[in-house]
Parts: sequence; C-alpha cells; structure tokens
Amino acid sequence: MSHGAIYIDFEFCSGCHSCEIACRKHLRIANDKDGIKVLEDRPYQQENGAWHWDYIAYPTELCDLCEDRVAEGKLPSCVQACQAKVLEFGTIEECAEKLKKKPKKAAIFVP
Amino acid sequence: MSEWKRQEGDETIFRTCAWSPPGCHPVGCGLQVHVKDGVVVDVEGDPEHPITKGSLCPRCLALTDYIYHPDRIIHPMKRAKEDRGLDKWQQCSWDEACDMVANAAQEIIDNYGPETICVFGGTGREANYWYTQWANLVFGSPNSVYAQAGWSCYGPRISNTAFMIGGGYPEIDYAQKFSDRYDHEGWVAPEVIVCWGKEPLRSNPDGMYGHAVIEMMRQFGTKLICVDPRMHWLGTRSDIVLQLNPGTDTAMAMAWIYVMDKENLVDREWIDAWTYGYDALVERCQSMPPSKAAEICGVDEELIWQAARLYGSAKPSSLAWGLAVDQNPNGTQLGQALIALMTITGFIDAPGGTTLGMGDDGGNRVKEGGGIDASQRIEDENDSTLMLALKYGIMSQETWDTKRIGVDKYPAVGSIMWTAHPDEFLKALETENPYKVHMAGFVSSNPVGTAISAEPQRWYKALKALDFNFACDCFMNPTIMSCCDVFFPVASTIEHDGMVATHYASNASFYGAQNKCVQVGECKSDIEIMMMVGKKLHPDFWNRFETQEDYDNFHVMRSWLPFKELREKVVVMSEEPYYKYKIGKLRPDGQPGFPTMTGRVELYSTMYQNWGEDPLPYYEPPAYGKESLPELSKQYPLMMITGAREQHFFHSEHKQIQALRQLTPWPMIDINTQDALDFGIAEGDWVEISSPYGSIRQLARVTPTMKKGVVHCMHGFWYPEEDGEVPNLYGNWKSNVNMLMPNSVNGKLGFGDTFKQMMVNIKKVVGLGGSNDPDTNGIILEPSRQAEFTVQQVWRPEDAPTDQYLQK
Ligand code: SF4
Ligand code: SF4
Repeated sequence: MSHGAIYIDFEFCSGCHSCEIACRKHLRIANDKDGIKVLEDRPYQQENGAWHWDYIAYPTELCDLCEDRVAEGKLPSCVQACQAKVLEFGTIEECAEKLKKKPKKAAIFVP
Repeated sequence: MSEWKRQEGDETIFRTCAWSPPGCHPVGCGLQVHVKDGVVVDVEGDPEHPITKGSLCPRCLALTDYIYHPDRIIHPMKRAKEDRGLDKWQQCSWDEACDMVANAAQEIIDNYGPETICVFGGTGREANYWYTQWANLVFGSPNSVYAQAGWSCYGPRISNTAFMIGGGYPEIDYAQKFSDRYDHEGWVAPEVIVCWGKEPLRSNPDGMYGHAVIEMMRQFGTKLICVDPRMHWLGTRSDIVLQLNPGTDTAMAMAWIYVMDKENLVDREWIDAWTYGYDALVERCQSMPPSKAAEICGVDEELIWQAARLYGSAKPSSLAWGLAVDQNPNGTQLGQALIALMTITGFIDAPGGTTLGMGDDGGNRVKEGGGIDASQRIEDENDSTLMLALKYGIMSQETWDTKRIGVDKYPAVGSIMWTAHPDEFLKALETENPYKVHMAGFVSSNPVGTAISAEPQRWYKALKALDFNFACDCFMNPTIMSCCDVFFPVASTIEHDGMVATHYASNASFYGAQNKCVQVGECKSDIEIMMMVGKKLHPDFWNRFETQEDYDNFHVMRSWLPFKELREKVVVMSEEPYYKYKIGKLRPDGQPGFPTMTGRVELYSTMYQNWGEDPLPYYEPPAYGKESLPELSKQYPLMMITGAREQHFFHSEHKQIQALRQLTPWPMIDINTQDALDFGIAEGDWVEISSPYGSIRQLARVTPTMKKGVVHCMHGFWYPEEDGEVPNLYGNWKSNVNMLMPNSVNGKLGFGDTFKQMMVNIKKVVGLGGSNDPDTNGIILEPSRQAEFTVQQVWRPEDAPTDQYLQK
C-alpha cells in the first residue's frame, strides 16, 4: 500500500487550532510540541484590492499519521476535529486526486 | 448509531452533547468521552453527531485540562465576611455551605424582604436558564440580574424578534433541523449569506455551529457579504465587505432597504400578504439613500448599491445578525431594519433562507421527532417560573409587580427579560434607592471581572458592601475573591446530566443529552445546588425533586421526552417544517400568520409604538463620537470596538488553561497600519488605551484589516497567574476593556450600550504595568464621578422615566 498523506484545502482553513490540540492529545505530547502546526501568513491587501490572509496546518516529524486510529477504522485526530473539514487523509495517490479536483490553494503533506 | 455508553477494552466511552461549564452557548457539539477507572482519559468529537460530525473547537478538545486543572475548586468553601478580598478560604461540607446561604437568606428575607436578595447570571452557560429560578423560586425575589449595560447581549435581538415577528430567534438555514442535513428533501443552500456584525466562525454562537458556513461555501458555492468595521478572515473569503464606521449600522441597513425597494429586489406579493407597514418603512428609508449612508458609514457608495443588489437578487438569501445589533444604543432600530431585510425578500422561514423558531421560553418542544405547534402546547402553569413562585407562595404578585428594579423606567425590557434592568440595578445598589439590597448570588457570573459588565469598578464597590454573597462556579475569579462568603463548586458539562437545546430552545435545531461521564471532587450541577438550597428555604415546592433527573423531567423537558429517552438517543432533531406561518404553526390560535398584534411581520412596529418608541427605524449617531461630542472627541480621536472572540476563550474563562492561553497569551489591540504610524506605535508595543472612563493596557497588533480610525480591543482579559487578593484581584483592572465604558447609555427602550462604539486615545507605554488598584488607574470614581455624568447627560439630558423623556 502506498504511503499515507494529509491533504489540506487551505483556501478555507480558518486557523482555528483544533487540529493542533486534537493531535497533541492523540500523541500525548506537551503543550510546547506539535504533531501538526497551524501557520499564519498575515493579512495584506494586494494591488488589485483583493485580500491575502492564509492559514495552513502542516504535520511535523512527530506525526505518525495516526496509525493506531486508522487501523481501527477511525479518522486521524486532526482530520476528525477540523472544524472547517478541510483536512483529509488518504494515500498519496488519493490525495493527488483531490488536488487535481481543486487545483487552487490546496496541498498534500507527507510527514 | 452507537450506544450512548459503550465499553471498548478497559475504557468506557460516553456519547454526549456539550453545554457548560466551561462556558459555551447551547451549540450542543457532540463529544465522545473516554473514561478509565472513573477518570477522563480523552475527549474527542463524536463523528455520529449530525451537526458537528466529529469536529470540535479548542475549548472542548482541551476539556480534560479544564476539569482536572490544579486550580479548579472541587469542594465547597467558606470564608468569614471580614476576610473578603483575602485568600482565607476554608473547605467545608455541602451541608454547612447550604446552611450558611439558607440561613443568611432567611434572616434577610425576615428583616428586609425577599426582594433585597438578587441573583446574577452570566452569559452563555446553562446557569442562565437557572438564575431567574434561583431568584424567583429559591429566594422569592424578582431581582435576577444580567449585569451587562442595557441587557446588551441577545436580549435586544430576542426582543426585536418577539415584537416584530413573534417567533423564536431567526437563524441562517444550514439544514440544522434535519438528521439528513444537506440531503434533506426540499432544502437548498443559501445563495448569499449576510454576516452583519457577526463573525460566525469564532463568535460564541448562541446555538449555531459557525463552521457550517464554510461547508456551504465549499460545497454549494454560497457567497458572503460581511458588514463589519473589521476585515476579518471570513471577510477575505467574502464577495463584499462593508467596513463601516462603528455604530453606524442602522444607516447602512436603511440604505439597503432603499436600494432593494427602488430596484424592485423585494418580494412584493409576499410583503402584501404577510407584512404590516412596508410602505411606511420605505418612506422612512427615503431619508437614507446610499449617498447619505456612504457618508455616515465611511463606505464607498457604489459598494453599498452592489451589496444591496447582490443580497436582493439572491435566491434564496439568508441573514445572520450578531452582537453588534445589541451593543449599540441605536441597536433596537438596527434590529428592526435587519428583520425587515430578512423578511421583505420572502425568504424568512423558507429553505435556504433565515429559519424561525416556533416559540420561546422552552415552549418550542418536539414530540416523537416531529414538531408540536403552539396550539398543542400543554396548558401547564408549571411552565412558568413566575407562576410557580406565585402558586407556592414563594413570591407575591405585589413583589413581582412593584419590586423588580428598573422595569418601571424600562417596561419594554421588563416585558421580555424577566430580570431587573441592569443599569438601573447598579444605581439602586449604589444609592439604596428604591431600597437597599442586602445579598447577592453569582451563578456563573463574574460582574467584577472582565466579561460583561461596564465600569466593573462600580459593581465591585457596590457588591463587596453587601451583607452576604455566594457563588456557584468552577474557578476562583475576581468577583468571588472580592465579594463572596460561600463558594459552591459546579460540575462541568461532562459531570452532570441535562439537556441542551440550541438557541435556548427558542429556535432549536436539535435537543441533545448531556450525559454524566465522571464525578470530579464533590462538584454538583447548578440544578443540584439550587435544589439543595431550595429545599432548606421552600421545602413545599422543592421536596418534590430528589435528583437532577426529576428536575429535568419536570422543568426542562416537561412531559414530552423523559430524560432517560433523550439520554439514549443522545440527539433528537427538531425536524420542524418550513413556512410555519403559512400552516398555522406559529400562532397560539393555530391560524396562519405571525403571533403579533396585526398577525403580520410588523415592519411598522405597533409594539414599539406602545412602548413610546418610534414604530419605524431611524439612525442616531454614536453617543461617544465626533458628531455627538465634538469637543470631548478631540481628546479621544479614535473609535474603539470590542468583543470579537478568540475561539479558544469563552469571554473571561479559560485564561488558566495553558494549551488555550498560549494561543493568545496577552490581550491585543488591533490598530490600523497608518494609525499606528501616526501614533508612533509598533507591533508588539504595550499601548495605553484611554476613554473618558479610564485607561488600560494591551499589546499592539498592527494590521491593515482594521478600518482607519478604528481600533479593536480584546475583552475578557485578567491574569489568574497574578496575586488574587485585593486590590490586585488577579490583575483585574490592568487590561479590562470594560473599564473604558459607561453604564446607563442605553437606547430609549432601555437596551443597548457603547461596547462597540467608544471614543478612545492610545499611546505607547512600557510594559503591562498599569495599576493594581481601580482607584488609581485613571478611572473616574466617587467623588469625582461628576465628570462621568457630564458625559452621560449629553446623551440623556435627564434621568427621567422613559415616557417623560420621550415626550420631549
Ligand atoms: S495524523 Fe494524527 S499524528 Fe498526524 S498530525 Fe494528524 S492527529 Fe497528529
Ligand atoms: S482544524 Fe482545520 S480549519 Fe482549524 S486550523 Fe486546523 S486545518 Fe485549519
């Protein structure tokens, strides 16, 4: 089976931090560590007047892709908790398909 | 569906719906709580919950950190009155604590009358179901108090709705009432949603699951229009954002009505059939063409036309109104105009429009999965707290009619909110007029603190002087430390049984069970504590209840759904039909129409007229601004708004929870980039923010998203890590934005305050510093309070009863 990956539609990641906290609970790590981290590119207005302001959550080297949960048929903690439902889990190939369907402000992470 | 309780290995897993504590509004998010040996080992979202589908916000995800926090208080405590303000608490038994409260109350009732006892409720937590019952049914007092100036949270919107439509709270349609959600037959997604003075993702949402907006944007291409002085993140994903001057919303809403009528973007047939006073409304709005609103609101005129056109052309369209409607003395008029906007499109209570509830005060119940309508309601006088109090002789009719403070001056507030009028109550505390108040209870309320009360220093001085005070809460806070004699420890949402109905049942999407998963310390639920004290004071009434479940069955769920059934189902959807006004599901007589005087949506409000208010919306500029106070505003050149939420805090709560606090360690003031340059302030500087009422410090965040000339200050900040004793009180006075705003600057009906339109000045300072003492923080207190009244008198020239005032 191909390697697991996390897809994110970061056009709609609201920066809510739920994934971070859910992951910390899953990995049972301290508050100063992250299995997935939410980054912010702070807001500015572009020349054409449109606004730029992005959040993106990316899994760190501590991420184990929730092996035990996935084995039990559950979603990874971050994916389940995500309030905007912009995180998805799958194989690299499955995630690539998602990316093809929305080739804008989306990404695949393989921790 | 999984069982509500199941065993997996050595873990028991409970399915339950969250309410409070910790603080939240009744959204009822689905939890799966993993318990091992009586201890919670994990809290995760419930994938089977039809609304939240496994998602949770940071507060519930960190729930174990909250319930097992070392600072949480899990045993009853007492303290001698002379030690108020000092950390000299002693653990005691439940019995002793209840006796102390009951004995103190009995003595005060005998000597001064039950009305001299008041009970404070806060915002959001389920105890705001119970604080009126504490007052009316435990003590026999009419004085329950929600201590926000002008009752300015939710109350004004509820009242607008009751006066103009007669139904329960309007909410956007995200298929929230159906178990098959977006697949529900006949449901369509809103084409456009207007977020007016509301950021639904982060705001404490009354009952709405905010991120459903993102689901609908992604899945159905729903477009957004935002009306807000801030460009918030959701705004950057919206089609149009109208960044208006704070407090000018009513002008903007009237201009939309102007455009939609002129361009025939309304449903004229629907208006003729179901509304009253449309022509008068349109005539009134002729005074507010977009060109004029553009000037008042500081928004490009063309953008106003575009927004109104986009909204008016959408099929269907939906409108979400937020706290900005409430926290504005001109807000009653704004609410009126927004209800007009929700209805003249014809999309009120239509699929993909703005949903309407069937009732209020828990009268909206479901039976066997289907709605029961108003005509089927059981005529049960037990329904009303007041009727019970009268029937069992706990409170006399005379006490209710004559001793409830402030409702003589503000009868419109008194007619809907069954409490005292907050600003008038504060005056009564201070002046002992019309009578002296002797005792207070605080059930999930912290008026000395940083959440809801304007001029908290005044509440502080008044409350700490009372004869006896008690509180029900989870953590020590400034109110309890400075004022209370008894502390009752409250069980969290996963430590007690109960029900949660979204929007306090006034427009419920579902009814959820709160299932008890664990016991922590000796904590008890709000209801259990109320029953214990109630039994000591009024056993005739209270002895009928043995357990929380008895009370839930009696007073919460009444007869339609015994708690045991709800517990097993975990979630019961309301499955209410659309177009309830067409099929006689809104009016008590079962006839089609709306439960208003005219049977129609009253765009021209006969209720407002009855209260002596203008029946049509009108614009009034902010009380504290360049237009109203040209001289004073030179010293305070910026307008401040406050109240935008961080989702990881519930108002003043959660500041002790490290996982949450580290997301926003310090309170921040958002300053426009150009303003920051002009005032010599850089990102990360400490800033002193001053108004005519006081000054505080917050940390600068410089951002182009703020409208120029407007700053936003975070609310709710105190420092539980600091010294808790008086006068510091956990740094209560340092960054507390409420110290910048007055009480008693309300609209004519008695609703509204200045939390979202206050003039301020800012300057760079070094460090958090600030004073630890409310008296030396530049706050205007007695005897120099005169200055405060100078400002207020400009707004309301005489402190006269409303009817006299209105005659001028
Ligand atoms: S997949 Fe699991 S381990 Fe990886 S970031 Fe998500 S929650 Fe953390
Ligand atoms: S939970 Fe989802 S929406 Fe929230 S920060 Fe993480 S990825 Fe973004």
